[in-house]
Amino acid sequence: MLRAIGVARFEELLSDIPAQLRMPTLALPAGLSELELLAKAKGLAQLNQSTEQVDSYLGAGMYDHHIPAVVDALASRGEFATAYTPYQAEASQGTLQAIYEYQTMICELTGMEVANASLYDGASSLAEAALVALRTTGRQRLLVSQAVHPEYRQVLRTYLDGNGVHLAELPVPSGITEASRVAEQVSPDVAAVIVQTPNFFGCLETLAELAEAAHAKGALVIVCVYPVALGIIQPPGAAGADIVVGEGQSLGNPMSYGGPTLGFFAARQELVRKIPGRLAGRTIDAEQQCGYVLTLQAREQHIRREKASSNICTNEGLLALRATIHLSALGPQGLREVALLNVQKSHYAYEQLLQVPHVAPVFTQPFFNEFVIRFSEGVSSDRLLRQLSAERILGGVGLQRWYPALAGAWLVCVTETKTKAQIDRFVETLTKAVQATHG
Amino acid sequence: MKIPSELRYTKTHEWVRRQGERELVVGITEHAQEELKDVVFVELPPVGKQVKAGEAVAVVESVKAAFDIYAPVSGTIATVNAQLGSKPQLVNQDAYGEGWFFAIAPSQPGEWEQLMSAGDYAKTFQVST
Repeated sequence: MLRAIGVARFEELLSDIPAQLRMPTLALPAGLSELELLAKAKGLAQLNQSTEQVDSYLGAGMYDHHIPAVVDALASRGEFATAYTPYQAEASQGTLQAIYEYQTMICELTGMEVANASLYDGASSLAEAALVALRTTGRQRLLVSQAVHPEYRQVLRTYLDGNGVHLAELPVPSGITEASRVAEQVSPDVAAVIVQTPNFFGCLETLAELAEAAHAKGALVIVCVYPVALGIIQPPGAAGADIVVGEGQSLGNPMSYGGPTLGFFAARQELVRKIPGRLAGRTIDAEQQCGYVLTLQAREQHIRREKASSNICTNEGLLALRATIHLSALGPQGLREVALLNVQKSHYAYEQLLQVPHVAPVFTQPFFNEFVIRFSEGVSSDRLLRQLSAERILGGVGLQRWYPALAGAWLVCVTETKTKAQIDRFVETLTKAVQATHG
Repeated sequence: MKIPSELRYTKTHEWVRRQGERELVVGITEHAQEELKDVVFVELPPVGKQVKAGEAVAVVESVKAAFDIYAPVSGTIATVNAQLGSKPQLVNQDAYGEGWFFAIAPSQPGEWEQLMSAGDYAKTFQVST
């Protein structure tokens, strides 16, 4: 081959690289045997804590849910794990059908008419929804509730930077977004009202009222929703949502220290040509056989370039697949049962925790599986978290990071994974820790 | 290939028909629809929109790709062809008739004169009539 291109030695091809950089001596230690390497890696891995070693009551956007074994078993099959982008329909029927089923389930869950093949995460899905609303209405203002996840609002701000769009926040002193406040603030230049349910505090928003207030002035309604809650709460589509987004991690995907994550995105049919992301469609081929394709690609940037609805040209294929298998395994009945377990266990924990001395409620709204508790003045809730952690309990997420008025309060999440015994241990351990310092 | 001589044309393959003093009807040529292949969707501008000559005001999407359609003259969008919503194939079937896109109420009368004649269009794009 060297002869064919007229080169005498391989080294001649490297002649543009300075001699001292060509084969530098690297200060690498001697290689390890497989046995030594495994021991070293295990040692490092053991420094991590997983939900197998601790009882985690952390939520705030990533959730500890049980994943049936069938999800791993099917999703790790070579045919799924190695499939890549489905742009050649004839070679991607399996992947495309799985995406189509995923889209269908998201529509059923959210009560919407069309869903895309998924985006990166809940936060960017929310931001993309806002961009759709801005494009569709031609308006320049957005109203977002302060009960929407604070990091989602940060991502939204990043997406809008330099766009000339004005983002106004709706305060939530009572723990939910008030329809009267929306009605006050929504003017004819507002493109969308953005809320989350259950919201960041775990409280359930009154979607129908909020939607009415927004639609009265021609603003779109964007709802970010926790998918497991859809096992029992009314789908946002039925309450008047125009676009529904959210984080799909809690459907068959582990927390994995924060990712990868799964953004779902669903909308009304009339918005279909404005939405971002891939769309799998079902059709028939020349022999009248059912087949699947990527469709409406003229929205996407490989065709429309700077005029595309978004710069995204991918999806979270493997995670969407896991969510699909998870939902298939549970079925509507199973998802409802999981949701009910979440409600029951979290409410039991809430009642028990409120009996611990120096613990008080913050909001009085109905909640799904997360709630906020606060401590009496003079109690160091940070110290309590550390004491609980020493007993292998992660008690909650401190809210001072995002809500200074709620400094010292905890956001506590209880999913179906916690037994009564575990919850009782949480309450007992907290009680002992509080009494030890404050009597 | 039909290039009606009573119409005028743009370098971006729009045709323009004068319909009285105050209305210029716009569509795309036979040559254009043939290159595009089957049209599946047309995105039309809102009635009342102010446009400038050369500004992208509509989008035509075919099985192949999506293309911008440009206003041949400045003015206001007076009417749009609502039929294209349910029958985008009219653009292929009757490019100079039922496949029209929109009508403009022109604001600069001189611009009509600057549009290409049928002959110029045929020559520029080497389309035999």
